[in-house]
Amino acid sequence: MSRVHPVRALWNAMSQQRRELGLAGVLGAVASGSAVALLGVSAWLISTAAEMPPVLTLTVAAVLVRALALSRAIFRYAERLVGHDAAFRGLTQLRVTVYERLERLAPTGLRAFGRGDLLARLVADVDAALDLPLRVVLPWLQAILVAGATVAFLAWLLPAAGVVVAVLSIVAIALVPWLIAATARAAEGRMAPARAAMTAAVVRALDATPELSAFGAGTAATARVGALDDELTRLNVRESYSLGLGGGIGTLVQGAAVVASLVIAVPAVIDGRIGPVWLAVAALLPLALFDVLATLPTSALSFQRLRGSAVRLDELNEVPEPVAAPAHPVALPDRFTGLTVTGMSAQWVAGTVALQDLHLRIEAGERVAVVGASGAGKSTLAAVLMGFLPYQGSIAYSGTQIRDVDGDNLRHHVGLLTQHAHIFDTSIADNVRIGDPAASDERVRQALDAAQLTTWIDRLPRGMDAPVGAFGLSVSGGERQRIALARLLVARRPLVILDEPTEHLDGATADALNATMMTALSDATVLLITHRLRGVERFDRIVQLDRGRLVAQGTHAELMAQGGWYAQQWTLESERQDMARLLHELPIGRAVPSP
Amino acid sequence: MRPLDPRLMRYARSTRGFIVIAVVLGIVTAVLVIIQARLLSDVIVRVTSEGASWSDVRDSVVLIASVFAGRALIAWAAEVAAVRASSRAKQQLRSAAMEHVLALGPTGPGATDPGGTAALITRGVDALDGYYARYLPQLVLAVIVPIAVLATVLGQDILSAVIIAVTLPLIPLFMALIGMYTKSQVDRQWRTLGVLSGHFLDLVSGLPTLKAFGRAKTQVEAIRAVGDRYRSSTMGVLRVSFLSSLALELLATLSVALVAVSVGLRLAEDQIVYPVALFVLLLAPEAYLPLRLVGQHFHAAAEGLGAADRVFTILETPAPTGGDEVLPRGGVTIEAIDLSARYPGRDELALSRVTFTASPGTVTAVVGGSGGGKSTLLSAILGFISADSGSLNVRVTDTATSLDALDMQQWRQRIAWVPQRAHLPSRDLADTPTVSDAVGIREGSIADERVWEALADAGIADEIRALPGGLNSELAADGSGLSVGQLQRLSLARALITSADVVLLDEPTAALDPVTERSVVAAIGRLAEQGRTVIVVAHRPALLDVATQVIRVEQAAAPEAARSEADDLVVRESQSETATVLRVGW
Repeated sequence: MSRVHPVRALWNAMSQQRRELGLAGVLGAVASGSAVALLGVSAWLISTAAEMPPVLTLTVAAVLVRALALSRAIFRYAERLVGHDAAFRGLTQLRVTVYERLERLAPTGLRAFGRGDLLARLVADVDAALDLPLRVVLPWLQAILVAGATVAFLAWLLPAAGVVVAVLSIVAIALVPWLIAATARAAEGRMAPARAAMTAAVVRALDATPELSAFGAGTAATARVGALDDELTRLNVRESYSLGLGGGIGTLVQGAAVVASLVIAVPAVIDGRIGPVWLAVAALLPLALFDVLATLPTSALSFQRLRGSAVRLDELNEVPEPVAAPAHPVALPDRFTGLTVTGMSAQWVAGTVALQDLHLRIEAGERVAVVGASGAGKSTLAAVLMGFLPYQGSIAYSGTQIRDVDGDNLRHHVGLLTQHAHIFDTSIADNVRIGDPAASDERVRQALDAAQLTTWIDRLPRGMDAPVGAFGLSVSGGERQRIALARLLVARRPLVILDEPTEHLDGATADALNATMMTALSDATVLLITHRLRGVERFDRIVQLDRGRLVAQGTHAELMAQGGWYAQQWTLESERQDMARLLHELPIGRAVPSP
Repeated sequence: MRPLDPRLMRYARSTRGFIVIAVVLGIVTAVLVIIQARLLSDVIVRVTSEGASWSDVRDSVVLIASVFAGRALIAWAAEVAAVRASSRAKQQLRSAAMEHVLALGPTGPGATDPGGTAALITRGVDALDGYYARYLPQLVLAVIVPIAVLATVLGQDILSAVIIAVTLPLIPLFMALIGMYTKSQVDRQWRTLGVLSGHFLDLVSGLPTLKAFGRAKTQVEAIRAVGDRYRSSTMGVLRVSFLSSLALELLATLSVALVAVSVGLRLAEDQIVYPVALFVLLLAPEAYLPLRLVGQHFHAAAEGLGAADRVFTILETPAPTGGDEVLPRGGVTIEAIDLSARYPGRDELALSRVTFTASPGTVTAVVGGSGGGKSTLLSAILGFISADSGSLNVRVTDTATSLDALDMQQWRQRIAWVPQRAHLPSRDLADTPTVSDAVGIREGSIADERVWEALADAGIADEIRALPGGLNSELAADGSGLSVGQLQRLSLARALITSADVVLLDEPTAALDPVTERSVVAAIGRLAEQGRTVIVVAHRPALLDVATQVIRVEQAAAPEAARSEADDLVVRESQSETATVLRVGW
């Protein structure tokens, strides 16, 4: 399969409105053509007037000149309206395409994007794509149409002039922009490392601003950024010698066309092959035509800028889909009769092992805690059970192998709450309804109540319709996780995985949330993943993982009796908890001797 | 957004030479265009009505060719001058912004919005190219060139000059009127655009959550619906903005057409002569072009102006000054009496009424709920945030000095700090600083033995020794490759290596396992034994083992933060937008 050029792929993704875009191109061509014709007809008008014909002969031309002035402006207006409308439609289409792709990759395939700013950049790339129809495709389409029409007219008047202007048009439409794009690309290639180095230094300096100030390295940091900026400026000035050629070459081509037309048309007039009135037309039409073509270098630079965005968007297609959808999906039974994991292994990266030969049975209604140090494979287990990561071996949900089930169908039976639950930029109620879009206000309220948010929400002026998320109320970590819990409750999943839901919360807040979760989820089968042992003693069974293997399981009492990692860790933590309780009896704002 | 921002003009001063060159080149171009028009009309007239032969006009045609060549050369030189004009101004603005952001410290934009500020300082400042390199020179040309063209036309044909003179001033007038009318709408449009792009980002960042509920696929329809609504509202605004361009374009083109028809008809009636008519026809558009270019360049510069506005907002935020007192050598006692503090621009107190004395050789543990002000207390001691009420004094001898009176650079040299989340930069901001450089940031270079000693005290020496590069191992810029616990212990080593009199630790064991935690706690105890003043924010009680005293800080009952009307508006608008984003799909 031959690779499609990334910009071409981008165009394919956003050019559904071909007819509308074509119309915009024609309208724009009429507008630009009017500008060319305006000069041509004016030249004819004056040349003819010089022969002092009856005024009536000139009236038609005079009207035409005014009409062309009008049509130039009006068709430009129409082109902009039609073109922008089509471009915005294309942008929406592109958003959908990119979203669908990201949806298939999320969340496992998106790990490659690391921190959120890469995703943000991708979203910015989508926005930038608006330039493709507006600043690249439409200008070229118009240039080709106008050049074609002008060349045709000149060829009718004086075939030699037509040929020369045709050749020079091709130079202006194809060669010059190509040269400019190539020069810009080469220059950018030389400047990109310097630019990246400076940006990286600025980002690092800002990320570490407090540390730089505290350790007296602020001046050194500013100097470092300044030095990198000097280097970038030096390169920038050096590159300007070649980048600056763009404006000049266009003028040269225009001059060549005008002079060549004169060289061909002057003898033709002297020989009497064309009437004298046509000399001004033949000389001035190229002047006007190449003014229109002079915008193409700018389009070439837009194309060059878009290329980066297009390449990044295209790279999305090269990220392999983490989990292949089953060819013949099986529907999960409604009733949950237990989960059986047999000889299951899984990995994030080929060649490494995150989980190995795991055997685990979870009965319906059971509460199981999976514990272990970080890197033990706990979150891998959650990802596999959610259908986010492929596995070897067997995982049977109520007897059905989960790799045979469509992902979304699986996730209508298995719920997940992590420390990273996203709160969308909408109301509290709508955030909860992500769990079940059909949930009535009453059920949403019940879920919020079970998540023990009622007191907080009742204090808000708009209650559960209060906006939260990026532009809404700022919510504390505890409230955030409780909203996420309400969302999970309203979804009514038979099997619920809680993946470190209280990480990032302080002790008291975490304890309170744990208590709420246990009460609210009393109907569900719960798999809690945690590296803190607080509260796990109340679970039916505790499973300890270590470096991808199951190393111990049993009740709290059994594991304590074994005296292994679990017992040590648990003792240490409970000692700390005792002391934490002490602290809450301290006076506020005043120093007292250490207890 | 002003066309001539005096603050930007200040930076234009440094680059005035190149702007003058750009203007001179523009004037020469205009003169060449007038000569070109003269030569062209000359050749045409002589051939058509004076019966000149090819050899008669050959010299003029050669001249026309050389005028084009000259214009091409100048176009190239103008591009080069433009780059120089903008680069120096950009460089100065960038370094001023960088310096000030660092001076504003952890309460400034660099710490609260590092991503946005970094983008502003790098790409944002680059967007000023359009302003310095194109807009400013064109502004000058827009005054000079039309007057020159008008004067030339006046010398040829008075009536054409009158037409141009009457219509020309209408263009800037129209621009101003239309600009005033569309500004508010365009502003609103930019906000919608930001909100919409924000919503797509919101959905994309929330994908894992949507997918976990099996709801991700259904959002496609929502994206489509919101995109459509956005398109129609945008087109509404664009229609107005395009209409204004239409008015300007009509004005310019019709004026040229008016001149053309007028000279044509008068030529037929023998009121003017052919060469003058043709010359005026070629010149007329040149009178309008510079003004239209100003409009175009202003739009291109607008993005840069927006960025510049934000840069100046940062530059105009006063940086905390501090005093000039320097403490004598020796152990430092820190005394807080009823100390309260708040972050700049915030209503609620971040730290409320704290009283304690921390002496050399003691460990003060700071405890309390999250958001209670524990880290703020350390920020106050570091001078990142100043006291709102109460006092914060330090003393080495018997006389206490207010922290505000201290020379901050000198004072911070006396402090070692372990932040909650360390970044471990090196002095040269290397992408991958070595362990030595990161740990020895204050000292610059430091003997290996001392580094190893500090690493051992922080309980991370064995892990570093196991790395192939040892002390020269490179730390990835984003801290990947190291666990949070390892970062934390390196940050602790960075504090331990200094001989600072005051050591501030912010939850130094939060990510450590109990065994490592115990060794780190012991190291903290040894710091006090060396006679240093240690203040440690304790998230976990193990640290209390070595504490001399404990202070509990909690948030005062926060007053209901008053939202400004503008905030509410944004909230409401964004609210109604996303409500649809999320509902439509289901």
